[in-house]
Amino acid sequence: MSALTREETEALIQEVLEVYPEKAKKDRAKHLAVNDQSIEQSKKCITSNRKSLPGVMTIRGCAYAGSKGVVWGPIKDMIHISHGPVGCGQYSRAGRRNYYVGTTGVNSFGTMNFTSDFQEKDIVFGGDKKLAKVMLEIEGLFPLNKGISIQSECPIGLIGDDIEAVAKKTAAETGKPVVPVRCEGFRGVSQSLGHHIANDAIRDWVLPRSEGKAHVSTPYDVAVIGDYNIGGDAWSSRILLEEMGLRVVSQWSGDGTISEMEKTPFVKMNLIHCYRSMNYIARHMEEKYSIPWMEYNFFGPTKVAESLRAIAAHFDDTIKEGAERVIAKYQAMMDEIIAKYKPRLEGKRVMLYVGGLRPRHVIGAYEDLGMEVVGTGYEFGHNDDYDRTIKDMGNATLIYDDVTGFEFEEFVKRVKPDLVGSGIKEKFIFQKMGVPFRQMHSWDYSGPYHGYDGFAIFARDMDMTLNNPCWSKMQAPWLKKVEAVEEKAAA
Amino acid sequence: MALRQCAIYGKGGIGKSTTTQNLVAALAEAGKKVMIVGCDPKADSTRLILHAKAQNSVMELAAEAGSVEDLELEDVLSVGYGGVKCVESGGPEPGVGCAGRGVITAINFLEEEGAYDDALDFVFYDVLGDVVCGGFAMPIRENKAQEIYIVCSGEMMAMYAANNIAKGIVKYANSGSVRLAGLICNSRNTDREDELIMALAAKLGSQMIHFIPRDNAVQHAEIRRMTVIEFDPTHKQADEYRQLAKKIVDNKKFVIPTPITMDELEELLMEFGIMEVEDTSIIGKKASELAVA
Repeated sequence: MSALTREETEALIQEVLEVYPEKAKKDRAKHLAVNDQSIEQSKKCITSNRKSLPGVMTIRGCAYAGSKGVVWGPIKDMIHISHGPVGCGQYSRAGRRNYYVGTTGVNSFGTMNFTSDFQEKDIVFGGDKKLAKVMLEIEGLFPLNKGISIQSECPIGLIGDDIEAVAKKTAAETGKPVVPVRCEGFRGVSQSLGHHIANDAIRDWVLPRSEGKAHVSTPYDVAVIGDYNIGGDAWSSRILLEEMGLRVVSQWSGDGTISEMEKTPFVKMNLIHCYRSMNYIARHMEEKYSIPWMEYNFFGPTKVAESLRAIAAHFDDTIKEGAERVIAKYQAMMDEIIAKYKPRLEGKRVMLYVGGLRPRHVIGAYEDLGMEVVGTGYEFGHNDDYDRTIKDMGNATLIYDDVTGFEFEEFVKRVKPDLVGSGIKEKFIFQKMGVPFRQMHSWDYSGPYHGYDGFAIFARDMDMTLNNPCWSKMQAPWLKKVEAVEEKAAA
Repeated sequence: MALRQCAIYGKGGIGKSTTTQNLVAALAEAGKKVMIVGCDPKADSTRLILHAKAQNSVMELAAEAGSVEDLELEDVLSVGYGGVKCVESGGPEPGVGCAGRGVITAINFLEEEGAYDDALDFVFYDVLGDVVCGGFAMPIRENKAQEIYIVCSGEMMAMYAANNIAKGIVKYANSGSVRLAGLICNSRNTDREDELIMALAAKLGSQMIHFIPRDNAVQHAEIRRMTVIEFDPTHKQADEYRQLAKKIVDNKKFVIPTPITMDELEELLMEFGIMEVEDTSIIGKKASELAVA
């Protein structure tokens, strides 16, 4: 293992930038940095949340993806209408693996696609009437739904449909919440603005519904915010909080329900896992309902224990003792996992490129296995994300924002990590290069990775990917033979 | 004779639809085969030819039938005075949807259905007020109208609009075959109106193809949902439209316009006394303030 020095990493960035035209080079240079833990504010070394350059391969999504795909989609007992042409909803349907408990099509709708299926005439004459009709049909066909959200696709913002008026009218007719969300895909530079818009819609259309609602409070009421239950993540997190004595009143939004969300203003503390996509609503609840919030990290036993103690610090001794009890309970199991996998993974180097929280949150889990993250970056992060990342990453490691396909490939070729963790679009490129790869958006159809139970699966998955026998078979047998013959001849 | 496609633009309320229909009636009277395509959600481009309030539009019928693919050409095409074929693109009521997309859809439909057959001599697109978005520029895109006539008068805003439309034509002229074919002055009885429009046309590199005097006969006919040509063929106003029709048939002057700057336009207006030389001391002053001074 030969880690690059600061100078070598800087030179690598310069070399990669060489390929760009002058203007693009200037722009991309601001998004690439060599980590320096002594820097307090990331804006001194990296620029983020800017428009991607045309012509590069970016893996960013759109505002609709941020709202429908991330924030709203997992709320299982509501029906989320992809309002506009059919494609946006259909090609993103059920792709994010937000698990839920319920009977699909009866009381849960997570993996279904509802769309107003815009046709030419809906563009020309406006889609308001059709939307109202769609919602009444939904009410007739799926009477157990607990509400509807209207997720705007691009055309809605162009033709000026008044979805707010339709929402209010339909809500009055059905007596259920109808939430209009202005998350047209062309807004903003990435899915990040979609998260914000979705948060604002919750603020304006969901939380006010808590007023006058009955709620029997306990001092231990918390909400888990920003856990999307990918592969069951929220479940393996929730049990730990409950075991330590907290009462999880609501889960946002993986396996979540609208009534849980409405109850959130009554909790004592908001626990934020994905800061990027849900910090807006946490700040709002702090301001409006005086609910404190904190970030936590449930990847890997070190961070889980740290987080459990940090959470408990906000509560009384019962909870503090509970946290210690939980940590102790799982200690043996964690030791066993580390004893099994660390020898197989020790010293291996990882490069990541993912979304909201994982570029920094999973670092600890890799470190628990003796691995090192030598490069990381966010698709749609802001500078507050990088502020948090600088401290988690080693000095002289690579940081890349909205990395382009070219840059990422070149970095991997030169840094030669033992494992790359990114998304489906990157997976086959790196696998064909012979680099072990894990999808870190969807957990590669595995999971959960959160909590103690999740770590067991995480460790197993990393091992079976990295130490898979296929990586020693990268060379075609006939080429190998030639080498062997040559070697013999040389001998 | 090859099919000539012409588009009529001009400031809203200037009399585009009335002028177009009277002109088309004159062409039909002279034996030409003509089609009018109304590109305005108000769908009032064919009423004088069809003696109807408003023709069923392509988009309206498409919405009823389900989609535009469910329509046949004969569903949307009506034949009126002198065998003039009439189509209205139609569109939404004000304030909803996207009228521009309606125009695009309707024109594509007409092309696909073969509405522009060889038997036609002329197609006239009657387009709403300003070219507010890409949809209303549809008639002047590649392989559509090659000749643009701008209806205007000697009023400042009408000339301002004409100049803006000329700018729009330049954009498409450079990439295609669309050309400015002339200004039609629909008189408002302002001073030296014909000279003024001729001067503007000259600056744009074009011509004032005809000066249509103001005459109540047009309104008398319009009340009966008719063109002057049909209502009172012997009236002198009918002859004006016949002259316009003849000039258009014989027109050879198709140019890429040279739109002028706002300053040049103001100079022209001052030259003709429409606008006073700017008195900078009064700008931003209320009437009450001026009274004191």
